[in-house]
Amino acid sequence: MIVAHNAKRMYRFDLMQRLVARLEHEEAVIGGIGNTNFDLWSAGHRAQNFYMLGSMGLAVPIALGVALAQPERKVFAVEGDGSLLMQLGCLATVATLAPKNLAILVMDNGVYQITGGQETPAARADYAAIARGCGLAGAAWAADEADFERLVGQCLATDGPHFIAVKLDDQPPVTQTERDPPQIRDRFMRGMGAKRSKLLG
Amino acid sequence: MDRAWHQIALDVLKANEVRLIPYVPDNVLKPLIAAIHADPFFHAFTVAREEEAVGIVAGAWMAGTRGMVLMQTSGFATLANVLASLPCAFQIPVLLMISERGTMGEFNQGQAAVWRTMRPTLEALAMEYHVVTRLDECEFIMDRTIQQAHLTQLPAALVLSPLLTGGKPTARQVVA
Repeated sequence: MIVAHNAKRMYRFDLMQRLVARLEHEEAVIGGIGNTNFDLWSAGHRAQNFYMLGSMGLAVPIALGVALAQPERKVFAVEGDGSLLMQLGCLATVATLAPKNLAILVMDNGVYQITGGQETPAARADYAAIARGCGLAGAAWAADEADFERLVGQCLATDGPHFIAVKLDDQPPVTQTERDPPQIRDRFMRGMGAKRSKLLG
Repeated sequence: MDRAWHQIALDVLKANEVRLIPYVPDNVLKPLIAAIHADPFFHAFTVAREEEAVGIVAGAWMAGTRGMVLMQTSGFATLANVLASLPCAFQIPVLLMISERGTMGEFNQGQAAVWRTMRPTLEALAMEYHVVTRLDECEFIMDRTIQQAHLTQLPAALVLSPLLTGGKPTARQVVA
């Protein structure tokens, strides 16, 4: 088992690009509040991306809802460590419902980067261990970029629910997501095949 | 014989194809929760917090499945931020069914205090909500509220008054 403090600190935007490059079957990706969804956006907009606003901690629950509604589609929740910390109970819910098509990716920089880099109150916490404690048996830290690629491949090829945690360096996001919630929702629904409209998408 | 409020609620949810029911339990909602679990049409499950359920129903709706969150008044009081920034901002018809605690014979001071925040919060969010008090109005209010939420793509709340449900019986002795 790879413990948290041995995991290499990686660049969020690089990991996001690596994730998006592996998505070939219209997999849904839910980006949590702030810098996680900014870098998801920067990695190249897809119709199957949903970029959350203020509901800090809800990337995993939103992804769970999508996964339950469309069991044939793989769904990724990309969540920050501070955000997950606000809604740890959702890991128990995911483990209990055990949707095969859901993967959770936690991006842990240890700080509230968007508000000035204050440390989270989780200096001694191990998110993969927390996930395993909730019942997500395969939860693991990605040791480095190659290990991250291997774990993402596992999410795509095998039944979940899956949980990957990564340690991040302190680089800022590349840019910011366009904030237009109804448009983001509309595009995402079309990307999910849940909405048909003659209005141009 | 008249259908009970929970039978009406079950029938209305089915008629409107509202299938996904994440909830935080409540005593008054017990017969509805039991009936929903007994009916394979529904997928009902508990969540750790009401916020989580709002996220689940929002995600499911965007992917083509309708849902409703069940909770009690105190649970609603935890939701202002996620309601404002998810269903209100994104225009997603997240439906809430709230069992009204804290009024008309409440024995728990905490419930009585938090009850006073519910209507002001719903109004501040500009959320459509209706308080169901009478059995003869129950089907119409529930059915039309659910329909309108989906037609207008906006969240809505149905508050179940003790006048409808009987509420949680007043304790004559000290009850935890």
